Amino acid sequence: MSAVAKLLPRRALKPSGFAVRFALVTASLLLLAPAVLSDFRLSLLAKFLCFAIIAIGIGLAWGQGGMLVLGQGLFFGLGGYAMGMHMKLAEAGPGQLPDFMSWSGVEHLPALWAPFRSAWVAIPAAILLPMAIAAILGAAIFRQRVRGAYFAILSQALAAAFVIVLVGNQGLTGGTNGLTNFQSFFGLSLASPQDKRILYFVVVIVLLVVFLATRELVIGRYGRLLIAVRDDEDRVRFLGYDPTRVKLVAYVLAAGVAGLAGALFVPVVGIISPALLGVVPSIEMVIWVALGGRTALAWAAAGAVVVNWAKTSISEQFPSSWLYLQGLLFVVVILFLPKGIAGVVDSLRGFAARVAVIGRPRLRTRAVSAPPTEKLL
Amino acid sequence: MEVLLNQLFVGLSIASILLLVALGLTFTFGQMNVINMAHGEFIMAGAYTTYVLQTALGTGLITLSFGLALPAAFVVAGTMGLLLEFTVIRRLYGRPLDTLLVTWGVGLMLQQLARDLFGAQNVNVDAPSLLDGGVTVAGVSLSYPRLFIIAVVVLVVIVIAIYMQRTPAGRRMRAVMQNRPLAAVSGVRTTRVDRTTFFIGSGLAGLAGVGITLLGPVGPTLGLAYIIDAFLVVIVGGLGQLRGAIFAALALGMANSFIEYNTTASIAKAGVFLLIVLFLQVRPQGLIVQQRRGLAS
Repeated sequence: MSAVAKLLPRRALKPSGFAVRFALVTASLLLLAPAVLSDFRLSLLAKFLCFAIIAIGIGLAWGQGGMLVLGQGLFFGLGGYAMGMHMKLAEAGPGQLPDFMSWSGVEHLPALWAPFRSAWVAIPAAILLPMAIAAILGAAIFRQRVRGAYFAILSQALAAAFVIVLVGNQGLTGGTNGLTNFQSFFGLSLASPQDKRILYFVVVIVLLVVFLATRELVIGRYGRLLIAVRDDEDRVRFLGYDPTRVKLVAYVLAAGVAGLAGALFVPVVGIISPALLGVVPSIEMVIWVALGGRTALAWAAAGAVVVNWAKTSISEQFPSSWLYLQGLLFVVVILFLPKGIAGVVDSLRGFAARVAVIGRPRLRTRAVSAPPTEKLL
Repeated sequence: MEVLLNQLFVGLSIASILLLVALGLTFTFGQMNVINMAHGEFIMAGAYTTYVLQTALGTGLITLSFGLALPAAFVVAGTMGLLLEFTVIRRLYGRPLDTLLVTWGVGLMLQQLARDLFGAQNVNVDAPSLLDGGVTVAGVSLSYPRLFIIAVVVLVVIVIAIYMQRTPAGRRMRAVMQNRPLAAVSGVRTTRVDRTTFFIGSGLAGLAGVGITLLGPVGPTLGLAYIIDAFLVVIVGGLGQLRGAIFAALALGMANSFIEYNTTASIAKAGVFLLIVLFLQVRPQGLIVQQRRGLAS
């Protein structure tokens, strides 16, 4: 064995199932999709991939950590508004006001906006602002051992309050219209299909990086601890760990990831408005993860793409039936497929394995053991 | 002084509406720990029940149809709740977060159903002519619809209190809430108690819907506007505590009224939320806590 190979972790030496699957997905996102999809569809896919980034965060906080985060729209929105404010100011030019402000009779640039003129503030703020708010709220809530449904409702109420504040301050935030009419993003023209392609690649790369980083976290020691907290917080506390801190890390990371998704969403879609981040969209984000598979990060991300793809194609043709279907999706997935598509794939694999051993009678009874049942919250 | 009294009345009025929509939840969420997100849609169903009765009976009998709507909405929403309990929630006891998501889905379908049945546009429900106008007391104008809602809430609270404290059924309900296994071995049929609890809780949502028709037009997404506030009342009040819910509704209503007077409606909403999070720092279990010895909630 060469010296270099010794330094590499053992699993890097022979391609694991994960490496193969990851390479396949990466190739199809980077090579196949841009080749076969029209510009319009590709830009839709970019939007869905932004949602997939949020879904990874939810998969971490809810799937691994058991915290039902019903207010991710807030963090998504903070990221989106931070980026949107910067783009508005960059387009308005130095010393000028964004267009909607002059319509609302605002004459001086509000102090809240001023720092966002610099990209060096706006981009970190898009990620750090959501993380800071999640840290404050999470610390306050988890420290007092407020959990389960209480936490879910509070996180939802926070998103609701945020939307009310956004709508109430027309001159500052654009009100219900939000921020829109964007022309360019760091030199890329948002009208040009070529530049939108570049944007698509940016989104794909961010998604892949976020996914790999989160996965690394989840399969490591911290991930074990997080699952332990999900399944029995009190026991973890008795073992000498501090569940508050464990949960806080996951919640804050999920918020940061959602903020990042928001910052990418704005140039991709060209709008950020309260309608995209209130209570209803926030809970929709959870159903993406539930459909994909709450305990499997990759499937959670896939769930976001699948649900949104279905939503777009179905509501194009039958606008009203999508709402029934979406409701039904919540009911059927949670009642009958609590592990989502990932669970279905797993049981299909188990079935395939059982079929494969039929030819070998002696192994038949012991070859496939039932997968350990996991406690769902 | 007049301003203070006026804000007090506004606060009381907000509190009565909060309590009205939250009363049902003190049963389903408080007693059974079921997070029923379709509760808002049961409120909507109650409101549409009023509308349907009014259109069926015609404009001549508005007072009668409104009076009929109160029991009718209770039964309609209660039956919907019973169906939901029987088909869905029963399978999810012990998985409260999943119940939340499933009932949200049910709520979405009910919203769309309302849209298909009654149209996406809001409909108007006429208030009975008895409730037109208002009185002015000490310089504060009290409108009859708001006073009526306060009266309904007070009445409902009294009836619930008597039911819970004085009747055998109420005693069984409290027993199941305080210690389910012990109630079961003492011969209480917990599934039946659950079903009754759910019927009453959902029925109260319907009743709230009738009251809400007095405040404005009725639309398919009516429930969404109230559901989160209703849950916050229960969380602040403490699970399953009628007294807690009353105090919480009063506190939130007053806070809302006074912050709004000094700032704007949107700041008031956010301010109240901030107060709730701060309050949970002091009393994470809510205002009134059922004493327990176990560690797990």
